[in-house]
Amino acid sequence: MSAALDIRLKRANKVYHEGEVLAGVVVISSKEAVQHQGISLTMEGLVNLQLSSKSVGVFEAFYNSVKPIQLITSNIEVVKPGKVPGGKTEIPFEFPLHVKGNKVLFETYHGVFVNIQYTLRCDLKRSLLAKDLSKTCEFIVHCQPQKGKVQPSPVDFSITPETLQNVRERGSLPKFLIRGRLDATNCVITQPLIGELVVENSEVPIKSIELQLVRVETCGCAEGYARDATEIQNIQIAEGDVCHSLPIPIYMVFPRLFTCPTLETTNFKVEFEVNVVIVLQDDHLITENFPLKLCRF
Amino acid sequence: MAAVQWHTRARAYESELRAARLEAVSLEPGDPHPLKSITVMDSKSRRGGGRRGSTSSSSSSGSVAPDPLSSMLDGTDPLSMFAAASANEAPVHGVASGVSVRDKEEEVGPDFEPWSAKRAEVLARFTTTEKLSINLFMGSDKGKASSPSSTVSEKVRNRLEELDDMEEGSQRELLNLSQQDYVNRIEELNQNLKEAWSSDQKVKALKIVIQCSKLLSDTSVIQFYPSKFVLITDILDTFGRLVYERIWSMCSDSRVMPDSFTADDVNDTAKETCLNWFFKIASIRELIPRLYPWQSQVLHGIQETLPRLTAMIRGIGDPLVAVYARAYLCRVGMEVAPHLKESLNKNFFDLLASFRQIHSDSVQNQLVLQRVEIPVYLTLYSPAINWILQCVSYRAPETLLTEMMERCKKLGNNALLLNSVMWAFRAEFVAARATDFIAMIKDCDEAGFPKHLLFGSLGRSLACADPPENERLSILNEAWKVITKVRSPQRAVTPFLSNPQKREVNTVLADIIKHMTPDRAFEDAYPQLQSVIKKILNYFHDFSVLFSMERFLPFLDMFQKDSVRVDVCRSIMEVFIRHQQEPTRDPVILNALLHVCKTMHDSVNALTLEDEKRSLSLLINGFIRMVSFGRDFEQQLSFCVEARATFCNLEPVLVQLIHTVNQLAMETRRVMRGNHSRKTAAFVRACAAYSFITIPSLTSIFSRLNLYLLSGQVALANQCLSQADAFFKAAVSLLPEVPRSIAVEGKLRSSEGFLLDFISNFLSTLLVVPDPPEQGVLYLVRGLLNMVQDYTWEENSDAKVRVYISALPLLAAMSQETYLYSVPKVDSNEMLYGGDPKFLAEVNRLCETLIGQVLDHLKALGREEGAGVRRQGSLAFSLFSCLLAHGDLRNNKLNQLAVNLWNLSHKHGYCDTRSSVRTLDHIKHWAQQPDMAHLSEVAQRLSLQSRA
Repeated sequence: MSAALDIRLKRANKVYHEGEVLAGVVVISSKEAVQHQGISLTMEGLVNLQLSSKSVGVFEAFYNSVKPIQLITSNIEVVKPGKVPGGKTEIPFEFPLHVKGNKVLFETYHGVFVNIQYTLRCDLKRSLLAKDLSKTCEFIVHCQPQKGKVQPSPVDFSITPETLQNVRERGSLPKFLIRGRLDATNCVITQPLIGELVVENSEVPIKSIELQLVRVETCGCAEGYARDATEIQNIQIAEGDVCHSLPIPIYMVFPRLFTCPTLETTNFKVEFEVNVVIVLQDDHLITENFPLKLCRF
Repeated sequence: MAAVQWHTRARAYESELRAARLEAVSLEPGDPHPLKSITVMDSKSRRGGGRRGSTSSSSSSGSVAPDPLSSMLDGTDPLSMFAAASANEAPVHGVASGVSVRDKEEEVGPDFEPWSAKRAEVLARFTTTEKLSINLFMGSDKGKASSPSSTVSEKVRNRLEELDDMEEGSQRELLNLSQQDYVNRIEELNQNLKEAWSSDQKVKALKIVIQCSKLLSDTSVIQFYPSKFVLITDILDTFGRLVYERIWSMCSDSRVMPDSFTADDVNDTAKETCLNWFFKIASIRELIPRLYPWQSQVLHGIQETLPRLTAMIRGIGDPLVAVYARAYLCRVGMEVAPHLKESLNKNFFDLLASFRQIHSDSVQNQLVLQRVEIPVYLTLYSPAINWILQCVSYRAPETLLTEMMERCKKLGNNALLLNSVMWAFRAEFVAARATDFIAMIKDCDEAGFPKHLLFGSLGRSLACADPPENERLSILNEAWKVITKVRSPQRAVTPFLSNPQKREVNTVLADIIKHMTPDRAFEDAYPQLQSVIKKILNYFHDFSVLFSMERFLPFLDMFQKDSVRVDVCRSIMEVFIRHQQEPTRDPVILNALLHVCKTMHDSVNALTLEDEKRSLSLLINGFIRMVSFGRDFEQQLSFCVEARATFCNLEPVLVQLIHTVNQLAMETRRVMRGNHSRKTAAFVRACAAYSFITIPSLTSIFSRLNLYLLSGQVALANQCLSQADAFFKAAVSLLPEVPRSIAVEGKLRSSEGFLLDFISNFLSTLLVVPDPPEQGVLYLVRGLLNMVQDYTWEENSDAKVRVYISALPLLAAMSQETYLYSVPKVDSNEMLYGGDPKFLAEVNRLCETLIGQVLDHLKALGREEGAGVRRQGSLAFSLFSCLLAHGDLRNNKLNQLAVNLWNLSHKHGYCDTRSSVRTLDHIKHWAQQPDMAHLSEVAQRLSLQSRA
């Protein structure tokens, strides 16, 4: 008995917005007819919060995880108990993406301590003798684009030994001057982060210049809140001792799933930052931090 | 079976020939030519039909019917459309490129030298003997430990991931690879990539690509870098193609794509896949691995991405790596969007801006570490810069080129750039500014780029296009002044103006000789010297001028290493054969070329390969064919004698010489119109003697046999009877030595077929050879047949009997009153014997013996089963045909024999029914002729066997 269960969404990219209709088909394929006790579909949106062991201790991290927050849930029976004929059977379905009350559908986001995930599960129940079949499929929710226009907020920066904080021996620092510009810190999530950077001079040759995209996740819990910053991706924009006073482009695409518009709720926060990291030949690390505000238009 | 009396059918060759000819129909002047009229009628009727069918077709040209094939392909060829479209990966970014494929084809004309042409050159030029290493982490990027702000859980996760990767066993570091190993490894990776792709492991494929790109950031063993670049970009090209094909197949399965498709035409799945790739590659951590795949596939030709990638390359610190990355970008850019000149130009200007990096400290340190000298290092750049400049300057307006020149000039120590400029810009452009260039070259720093290369590039451009007439001499002088100052042995690469004068070249050669001779400096500069020779050969096709240059031969003498010397000789001979139109007798040319050929010949030794020998022989033969002393035949013969002495080791040359001498003899005969005077008779005998003593020195037995036969025929035609006899006798006595199998093209094959061919050929010649007076009747024929009888034929072979059967027509022809053909002024046996009954009886007896032998053989075959019976059938049939054609079937016994043979051949049903039917028809047709009436009775007795 080899029956296979599959869910196919109508949209290839699986992206849906609030208020839209999630449509697709359940595909059952088997050689013989399948006896079953009903096929049901469950749609669910959850925010999973996990406490970092750094902020609350290992023990609590394991046992004291915060209860998941349910954003949306819906369950329908697609087929009543009976028999599905052999071959390929497609059963269409539709779910309206409507929330109850004043809840909001947050964007899909895969993080470390915060996870916002939407799933669609199809269960095919069978009699005691045969195992139930189940198939899960994730779909992606995007916020409704915000209205209005984003204000470009260019940031010019320059890094010298003097601008650095938390340096132990300021005297031993090599001399350098690095200037740059970010075209905006209010970023549209679908557009890349753009800017440029000029190494005006540097006593010690540069080994590498990198852009580090960092997420800052904050979870509220019984003992207050936990705030953690972790790296999403690290992109090298220069390798080796680059030509001085020649602008190097800063260009970073925001990865899907791992980024979402900056989010602030009562229970948790998701924010993003970018670090410009300059590694010198003697492995000195110079970092400049820029908080970002992501949004979707 | 009792011996059968042979009776030859009397033949009247003349009347038979007349009867066999087609009937001639007289043609009246007004009539159209019969053949011509057919085609005209045809096309008329077709055109008429077309008009009737549709009115529109009449507008198409009436004279030429439209070719259905070409009309199908009107417009762009679908294949090339596809190929060109494959470069156009517009949908990836969701940006409409909107440029039709046809436009692109116009942008890049055939005069653009493609990258593939350069590829091999780079690979050959940049090699190393040092050990290389490939460092492949097939797993995740582990170059950097977790970032300072990472948390414990992430570390744990990283570690787990690493473990997973270790399990795949994919981290490898291969050290101490030789260059060949390295190339093999890369090729292996290329294969892996294709396999991974086809087995749906797309991530693994991507990993391979990333790792390969990473290799490009490694500049250890810097001399090998250009070659490494070529190898790895091959992989990237493969990858780009694979990705494109996948997306294409996603798009095109639903509907036919328009040839210039845009993002809107692509369906969602394909778009999604594109985005996926885009995001995957965008998130690669390191710069170079991110850059290359990006270039290779995703961002094909979109207005905004090319400039961005151009800018991104600025982030590469190592100038060499950066310059090659730029070259690759230019290449992809040219392939995909040649109309986007802007980014190419930007690339170039960026290159100029970062040019000073080459002399930065870190580079210097690296060079010291690897013990590479600056000039060598700088030459590593030239393929890439050449390529970039070629792309930039391709069909660029004059103003842009001038601007570039100006910008190049502003940079100090720009020899490297200068070199590439001269290399890549239009030759006319360079030629027009030749004086400027020389001035710039003079200003260049001595320590940097080797100057002789600069002059080499300049020379190359000047060779393609003429500089202004009035400047020519001054340019040469100027250049020469500088060149003489350079004390490098490699400076032999000299600028040559196009259409140089003999005197100038001679001076240049003299100077080269003067500079190269001390300390045997030429030993290090063979390739350069060779290129000088090649250039000279390009301009001088008149060899009398070439060899009259007094410095040319001494120059040749500088090539003292055997292999190089032979190469040079070879190229000279190739040019000679290609360009020499008429035979020559110029003693200067002959002497020089004889010397050249002798050099080639002397290089042959026991170890020389067959192919090598063959190609050398071909060249020498070409030379021999071009030698002609006109009417001075004796001189020609003595040249052949000399040549034989010189080229004794090359068999094909000897064969050619024998042919030449034979031709000489025939030429003499033609000049004398067949009547030899005493002097010419002596001469042709000398020719015969030449052949006679040369032939035995050949090893190939069949060329010996054939040459004996041919020379015998020539001697016969020249009325040298005793010489001809000697040739034929020699051939006959050589027959027993023929091996049973010979090597043909390296494979051992039975010699039987060749031997049969030869014997048939020989037999037909023997018809006209008169019997030597001191020997018996049919001396040569008997001799030949005896040899055939004694020859150890292959077992189970009918060859002997086939020879016997083929000898019968000869004997039949010999007993005719007048022979089918004869040699002018030579009396054949018909004249000698004048139809003497004794002679005829002798011939008939010989026939009887032969038939007896054949019949015995048939009987023996009949005892065998299977294959024997089949062979019996076919032999019997051929003997039957022979009897029918040449025997007199009015004789009862022969008649009976023929019928018996017919029946025998049909007895076992192995005969070919179609040929039997045709034979029978032929007999019936024959029987209608007046003196052939008896055949109808024969025909009745021959029954066709119906298949059981």
